[in-house]
Amino acid sequence: MPTFVYSSQCKGCGKCVDICPADNMQFNPKVRRAYNADPVSCAECMNCVKYCPEHAVDVRPYSDFAPLGARVGVVRDTKKNIIYWRIVFRDGTVYDFASPIRTTPWGSARGALDIPERSDLDSELLALEDKPEYLGFKELPKPKQPVRIVGSIIKAKSAAGR
Amino acid sequence: MSSLHFPTKVVETDILVVGGGMAGCGAVFEAKYWCRNKCKVTLVEKANTEKSGAVGMGLSACNLGVFTEDPDDPKPEDFVQYVRNDLLGMAREDLIYDIARHMTSTIKLFDEWGLPIWRDPKTGKYLRTGRWQHPIHGESYKAVIGEPCRKSADEVYERVFVTHPLLDENAPNRIAGVVGFHVRDGTFYVFKAKAVVVAAGGTSLLYRPRSVGEGMGRAWYPTWASGSAYAIPLLAGAETVNMEFRLVVVRFKDAYGPVGFPYLLLKMRSTDVKGKQWEPLPDEAKAELAKIFYDFAWARPTPTPIRTWVTIQNLKEGRGPDLMQTQERLPDEESLKVLFEDYLDMTPTQAFYWASQNIHPQKTPSELLPTEPYVQASHASPGGMWASGPTDIAPSEYRWGPNRMLTVEGLFGAGDVVGASGHKFSSGSFTEGRIAGKAAARYVLTQAKDYRPTISNDTVERYKEIVYRPLEWYHKNKPLTTTPEMPPAYTNWFEIHPNYLNWYQLLVRLQKTMDEYAAGWGMFYTTNMYLLNRGWELLKMLEEDFRFAAAASLHELLRVWEVYHRLLVGQAVVFSMMNRKESRGYYLNADYPYIDEDNWHVFTHVRRDPKTGQWSFRTSPVIHIIPP
Repeated sequence: MPTFVYSSQCKGCGKCVDICPADNMQFNPKVRRAYNADPVSCAECMNCVKYCPEHAVDVRPYSDFAPLGARVGVVRDTKKNIIYWRIVFRDGTVYDFASPIRTTPWGSARGALDIPERSDLDSELLALEDKPEYLGFKELPKPKQPVRIVGSIIKAKSAAGR
Repeated sequence: MSSLHFPTKVVETDILVVGGGMAGCGAVFEAKYWCRNKCKVTLVEKANTEKSGAVGMGLSACNLGVFTEDPDDPKPEDFVQYVRNDLLGMAREDLIYDIARHMTSTIKLFDEWGLPIWRDPKTGKYLRTGRWQHPIHGESYKAVIGEPCRKSADEVYERVFVTHPLLDENAPNRIAGVVGFHVRDGTFYVFKAKAVVVAAGGTSLLYRPRSVGEGMGRAWYPTWASGSAYAIPLLAGAETVNMEFRLVVVRFKDAYGPVGFPYLLLKMRSTDVKGKQWEPLPDEAKAELAKIFYDFAWARPTPTPIRTWVTIQNLKEGRGPDLMQTQERLPDEESLKVLFEDYLDMTPTQAFYWASQNIHPQKTPSELLPTEPYVQASHASPGGMWASGPTDIAPSEYRWGPNRMLTVEGLFGAGDVVGASGHKFSSGSFTEGRIAGKAAARYVLTQAKDYRPTISNDTVERYKEIVYRPLEWYHKNKPLTTTPEMPPAYTNWFEIHPNYLNWYQLLVRLQKTMDEYAAGWGMFYTTNMYLLNRGWELLKMLEEDFRFAAAASLHELLRVWEVYHRLLVGQAVVFSMMNRKESRGYYLNADYPYIDEDNWHVFTHVRRDPKTGQWSFRTSPVIHIIPP
């Protein structure tokens, strides 16, 4: 089963249950711990592994094509905004990787109402597109030489002798 | 357990956005920008907006980047010509152009919000891999976009799965809202709205996956893409477009890691097992392919259906699988790092695959294989829903309502929903969401200002019964056999019961039927009229068997309704295939094996009558607006 939870490390906080895009991670009230209840629907997206504060969630790659022995470690640091990976091959080769995940602090993104209001509800211009640097053009582009070809482009091309 | 035990919550809003993926987040943001305090925007999402949708597991590029006046940057016209070729002519050029011309503001917003987009160290401009895309460090792509989306919405309902649309009981062909349920506490939700923007996901797991057992989850499109993008509009009576063209992409075998970075950034090439090069495609191969694909075979870059066809032929004729010659282009640690980080940010399984099989890409090539078919509208296929175009550039035939309104009044679409406009990917889907969001805001503030949804209590109660029936059916019938109960939310994959089927059993029947009758990988993407007609009958019986669907938990109830959505998509696909009498890429109808430009350079549309459940078909002309 793609991801699973170590019983000795899980404190039952539910962060994996909360983040799982597939609703696979479930809380088992009997033992007060989380588990992957639906492994065939698991995409190995790794969100449960990344979001677990106890590092209690791990992955054992799909048994139908992945031989045993590879290991994966991941730490998603939302203070430094870097994700760290360690990949251990079945033959023991180790690789470490680190990538940025965000360039701004969490919580800092402007929502729709933080952007100054405009009154051109009837125009085709979207938010911020009144400014050329956001639009990329002086005005909203329209096809320069619009044509009307019904059906085959190939035939239209050969009729035009191209 | 009776449906009466679950409370009902009614939510009234002006604009309801169904699905909080890339398109849904764009729709929420833009709708709220224009609504301000004049209209209410509500988001309903089946998972957690921070990591939901197709980008929930990360992505390594904004596959559609900026279009600007800068001579180095592409123009919307260039993009339309490219997409038109890639979809073998089946393109709504107004929709594609519309997305391209709004891309710059989207990418600038992403940049400002904190998405790490790679820049050219010399010019400071966004780096490009290929003509259209910008590489990114995208592990948190969705989290970065989800944050301003949540801030913008008036209300966000997460872990609520939308099962059915509600039509207005006074106005014909008019959306009035949707129903669904909370997958954790079971609350029944009724949303009433003046406009509904469907921004739900495309369809994975519709066809039998190549992987077996627990690997079923390693589909190229994520497992949570349950086809609600089409099922919700189909149930409302909206028309589809070109649903026969499912997407089949060539990917790394089993792990399904994308091939964009290897080809475009690292400039790798692929060969067959004998060492003959097929990608980039040599001219003599193009000349051969032009016998089947005509001029499309000469298009640059080679259209995706043709590249897929090549890999399929190599497999069929014993030269396959194709091999990505990774070792030729990984000279140092740095390039290997780029390759691994690309996958760890979006398809971690690709790295696990190499690690578990001791494949060192700097030494050994990797196998490529065409995937099982998916139905989704944001990548290299034109299948989806039929949407009205932008007023200033769409031909009059393509304008029956506000921009991105489907053929049901008040029902809008974006992202994987809107068909015949592929290659929008994540960033283009967000942009299309914004386009639909502004159109919906304008609609509720003007045209639909005085509209009030009419939904009777009887209707609400009837849907509540329908939605929870699989739970009741399970608990009523379970004691009949000796099979033990499972742990909470766990599915007993192999339970044999005379009176019911669980979601997994329904799903694998659907997958087997689609694979064997509707041109899946098991039949080498080939079908014929006999197979399609027979497949249609089998899908009808599967639909009837949904009366006996059982769910032991709310999790299983979610799965049952997801499978039902997939079934509707499957029916739309098969019905479209039965009616298109030619073969135009991605599959072969052996009874009509060639492209027929005289008769079939047309869009196909199917519709399911919401009252009778009867399916109907029509075609409409493809009108090109950009010169050849």
